[in-house]
Amino acid sequence: MASISVRRLSKELTEIKSEGCPVGITLVKADDFSTWWFTIEVMGESLYQGEKYTLQFRFDSSYPISSPAVQFVVTDGHTSPIHPHVYSNGHICASILGNEWSPVLSVVAVCVTLQSMLASCKKKERPADNDRYVRSAPENPKKTRFHYDGKALSPIPHQYWI
Amino acid sequence: MSSDYEISDDDENYYVDDEDMIDGTQDDDEDDIDMDTFGDDFKVASKSKRKSYEIDYESLSQTAVEELMQSDVDHICGIFGVEASTAALLLRHMSWNKERLIEKYMDNPTKVLVAAGITVEEPLSPPAPIRSHCSSASASSRRPTRSASKLLGLASGSKSPKSPSFASPPLKATRPPKSAPFVCPICYDESPDLRPLALDCEHPFCSGCWIAYASSKINDEAEHTIRCMAETCALVAPDAFIRDLLVPEPGAPAGDPAEEAANAATWARFQELLVRHFVASNPNLKYCPYPSCTNTVSCPAAASKASLITTVPIVSCGARGIGGAAQMSQSQQLSIGLAGKEHKFCFGCSIESDHRPVVCGAAKMWLKKCEDDSETANWIKSNTKECPQCMSTIEKNGGCNHMTCKKCKNDFCWVCMGPWVEHGTAWYSCNRYDEKGGVEARDAQSKSRASLERYLHYYNRWANHEQSAKLSVELYAKTEKKMEDMQITSALTWIEVQFMKKAVEEVEKCRMTLKWTYAMAYYLAKGNEKELFEDNQRDLEKAVEDLSELLESPIEAENIPTLRQKVTDKTVYVQKRNEIMLEDTATGFLEGRWKWNAAIEGFDVPEKTEY
Repeated sequence: MASISVRRLSKELTEIKSEGCPVGITLVKADDFSTWWFTIEVMGESLYQGEKYTLQFRFDSSYPISSPAVQFVVTDGHTSPIHPHVYSNGHICASILGNEWSPVLSVVAVCVTLQSMLASCKKKERPADNDRYVRSAPENPKKTRFHYDGKALSPIPHQYWI
Repeated sequence: MSSDYEISDDDENYYVDDEDMIDGTQDDDEDDIDMDTFGDDFKVASKSKRKSYEIDYESLSQTAVEELMQSDVDHICGIFGVEASTAALLLRHMSWNKERLIEKYMDNPTKVLVAAGITVEEPLSPPAPIRSHCSSASASSRRPTRSASKLLGLASGSKSPKSPSFASPPLKATRPPKSAPFVCPICYDESPDLRPLALDCEHPFCSGCWIAYASSKINDEAEHTIRCMAETCALVAPDAFIRDLLVPEPGAPAGDPAEEAANAATWARFQELLVRHFVASNPNLKYCPYPSCTNTVSCPAAASKASLITTVPIVSCGARGIGGAAQMSQSQQLSIGLAGKEHKFCFGCSIESDHRPVVCGAAKMWLKKCEDDSETANWIKSNTKECPQCMSTIEKNGGCNHMTCKKCKNDFCWVCMGPWVEHGTAWYSCNRYDEKGGVEARDAQSKSRASLERYLHYYNRWANHEQSAKLSVELYAKTEKKMEDMQITSALTWIEVQFMKKAVEEVEKCRMTLKWTYAMAYYLAKGNEKELFEDNQRDLEKAVEDLSELLESPIEAENIPTLRQKVTDKTVYVQKRNEIMLEDTATGFLEGRWKWNAAIEGFDVPEKTEY
């Protein structure tokens, strides 16, 4: 498995380097095949105009069969965007990062999806349960089972699962 | 039972050396002999007639359940005129509810087929350029965040296979594309010997990725619905597809043996998941909860919640010990007390042991209560008092007897619990035990303490029997040694000393009954019925303790014939007392004779609470 994840990531990296990222997305670092950083900004008219956020991808050996752990970086002066699907600790509630992950999605595709998630936002606000979630959230967002229904978002951290 | 007597190093060694004495297979043969030879010693009522505390059930092997599934599948095939694999997916989608499936399917077959992941939503566009993410157009309103995924071609689109028509064989699109070399959109492998596979949706991936994906779903997520890996594609892989992935075709060149073994295990797990899903969907069935057991029990008599107030559906799946793939050594099994044990469990609730005679509702409530407060309650009882005014629990860890409650600021005396003002200047001493204020305060306190004491009374007896049952492994070993001694010191043969083993088995069984009678008695409302119950309980307990004592008594050569007679008689008596206890309680449930002092699930709430 490890070989698949490395082969796949090196291929993705080669493509990023040769063809470049879509507009608004920049590769910050990809020194190894475990953690990559990107910056994303929303182009054109939006609530996030002129703002730049850093996204962190963490891969394990089961990538791309299972999803990468994706979150906004909130340390060293970075912040997470204020968005109804983004928690203040950088965790993101998006179905493609959870139960709708598909192995054909790539790192860039995830960036593009998240970029459009920000672009389509109508009101800058934190998720309703932000404080409660952030207090007890696991370090790795993949350990949270988010409940995706478009309207109310209720993450169920693993430790509360019976 | 657990007296220190006889627990010596010698016994321990003996026990370890002679592990195979208690070996399961050997025992089975011996049991048969026992029944024949000792038929007269132990007058067991004939097994043919069902007793009121027993329930009709049938145990099924995984194969038997698979046959049940197959018959449902055949039924649906016959009605809808579809293939077996389609029928299976349809049934699974509807949680094996045939009636609902038939109704929905007759109403709109296409809708059901799409929802079950059997056919794709729209008719496929001509198989021109197939893009691995082609279904993103149908992502639609469900997930607004997906609007960007059209841009996703950057990663894989340009490299997707453009030409091949995967259209023809519906299931096995294994034909390698001829014009452009196939590149798996997941692992980016482009070697020419790659085997591209696709479902009806024609999203091709290499077999290696399919196997990795299916294995991860089956083993890590215990998921039996394996959908196409393409983004938003909801098509479900039919069983035959999974089998072709994981099980090499006969005659195929041998691959890596470790990999093949892993795939075979995954395939077995997949089949088990299908059976589990079927069993979970059918209220008449329950999967055996014992580790790595794959049997199922069918018990239609206990399928409804309502039946649980009149019966205690204890069933056994037919297997013993721990079998299956996770083989444990005999000694490991012994150490957790599972060697050769029947897989007994309750069909009606999640308790994985025999909780007769008490019904599920009361048993669950009791376990919950014990979990919540047994040890804590013990400590509170011995170390604290309650404030006579607000009933807060107070621990005195030093200082004088003048207490000021932290919560309600009440001043009182720790010794007599009366108000401090009446003590005047009598610091550090209290001679006012009988004064009115103190009596009242102690009254109130004793009430709350009484309920705690009542609970502890039942709990201690419950825990005692549980502890004794746990020590039964040890007792078995000790008894084996005694049986050996007896053969040496007397003229008895191996078969003739089996009465000891029978007796130990009976004691263990009765202790289980006794244990749960205390849970039952705790919730029984005061009255004649409870008294009769407790009479039966007392008789059984007395008989069991007598027999236990006999078993522990030292063996002297000249006493063996008398001991044998005594033990045999007592065993029969104990057996009878246990029958009476179980029988009478079960009949009581059928007659609705038992009245509770608390609200038990399924029963009417008692009007007044009297203990």
